[in-house]
Amino acid sequence: MKRFSFWSWLWFILGVLYFFIPLYSTLDFSLRAKRGEIGFLAYTNAFSDPRFVDSFLYSNVMAVLTILISFLLVVPTAYWVNLRLPQLRSAIEFITLMPFVIPAIILVFGLIKTYSRPFEIFGLELFPALTSTSTSSVALLVAGYVVLSLPYVYRSVDNGLRAMDVRTLTEAAESLGANGFTILWSVIFPNLRTALFSGALLTFAIVVGELTLATFLGLPAFGPYLALLGNHKAYEPSALTIVSLALTWGAMGLIQLLTRGTAQTSGTH
Amino acid sequence: MVVWLGVLPFFLFALAFLFIPSSSLFIGSFQNEAGEFTLNNLFDLATPPIPESFIGSIEISTFTALFGGVFGFLLAYAVTLGGIPNWLRSPFMTFCGVASNFAGVPLAFAFISSIGRQGLVTRFLEDYLNLKIYDDYGFTLYGFVGLSLTYFYFQFPLMVLVMAPALEGLRREWREACENLGASGWQYWYYVALPILLPSLLGTMILLFGNAFGAYATAFALTNGRINLVTIQIGAQIRGDVLHNQNLGYAMALGMVVIMTVCLIGYSWLQRQTEKWIK
Repeated sequence: MKRFSFWSWLWFILGVLYFFIPLYSTLDFSLRAKRGEIGFLAYTNAFSDPRFVDSFLYSNVMAVLTILISFLLVVPTAYWVNLRLPQLRSAIEFITLMPFVIPAIILVFGLIKTYSRPFEIFGLELFPALTSTSTSSVALLVAGYVVLSLPYVYRSVDNGLRAMDVRTLTEAAESLGANGFTILWSVIFPNLRTALFSGALLTFAIVVGELTLATFLGLPAFGPYLALLGNHKAYEPSALTIVSLALTWGAMGLIQLLTRGTAQTSGTH
Repeated sequence: MVVWLGVLPFFLFALAFLFIPSSSLFIGSFQNEAGEFTLNNLFDLATPPIPESFIGSIEISTFTALFGGVFGFLLAYAVTLGGIPNWLRSPFMTFCGVASNFAGVPLAFAFISSIGRQGLVTRFLEDYLNLKIYDDYGFTLYGFVGLSLTYFYFQFPLMVLVMAPALEGLRREWREACENLGASGWQYWYYVALPILLPSLLGTMILLFGNAFGAYATAFALTNGRINLVTIQIGAQIRGDVLHNQNLGYAMALGMVVIMTVCLIGYSWLQRQTEKWIK
């Protein structure tokens, strides 16, 4: 197998060129805001726009909220299913696969249809329209992001749980007098560090540049800001693209290092 | 009973943010404006521009799945069995893991800066090879070809990520057995390796199809909504009821989910066929 293979090299080099050229072009473009000069003008311009700072911070806060809520939701559930309710495994796996069938655009459509009017059951109003205030819209946005990241977070947590002996650890903790909360917090969570870290970084990468949900819920996130900027500026969007690439690719690269290349892909295309 | 309380929050969440929203779309597609049962929305899916948008989405998804699948497979072959050295192979695999998640607005900008009207590649072709791809050849980044070219950026890597382990799962004994029986390399691939890989190859292509079919952000950022795809139509419908019938919009969403479900079923069936040979 060690012989030199012309075709393999040809495909490989073509592939590398295809992947490399758009990245290089973006970088090149972002450095040419001043005619005839290479410089960081586009970057300083982009950073000095207060809407960039606001929307970027906003999206980072959304990412943190999403990560926290999906951990709180997924870790106890996956733990409990592993320990006590293995018969529910396929039902839960089915639910975590649903976001593959329901792309972001359909999800946000359904969320808006359901929650843009007062929520009623048999004529009894339970709560008013969630899209009417920005706080409750944020709740919808984060819930949507939790749904989008569910397949990846659940899979990485479930793999992490399978890799340790949940039953023995639980029994050992119980015999030492720990209650359920202590077990989850001091025994299960620490053992899931790598799985949680990679789930968190992937969620971060999905959420920070996300366009679809944020646009249709009308929230001032980074994705819509970047798309809008692209309509009336030439160089600044490239600069921000390079910045957001560096961040998300750094995050994804870290995951790859941590999980040694187990394939994970997102659904935010 | 108490045992079941542990999974209650998860199921309540899934009910509130997955099942109720998606079934409300489902129910909405069988209702008229007054809320009465009707099948008219499904028949109305035949009015322009809806069929064209479904055809557009299916065309671009099929094209990027087929070509992305074939070239992705060749790339996967090159880095697994093809003799590309290890020090190039592992960064490439890491890159694929990253690039398969690269989509949306930044991806669109990356392609605009390379083969947009003022892009680096466009200008290079003009200045050095005198090829005016926009003026003389009618090329545009904002149509079918340009969008496909952009989608490949996440389609190739996804194919590589799924096919590389499958290619590595081909046992050396199979190849040796073939060689002992006097088979050529071509015969080994045609009669042994490809039939084993075929379900996983097709399954992954279905995955690529679904990947492109549900894409909204990339297409919107690249074309500003000026391409007729299902996702773009649904987006316009959410913005301002362009179909002048809310329920027709729900029926479109239903049509999309049906196609995506067929994809997922096909994928998991083919995946089980693969597992017979490659674990």
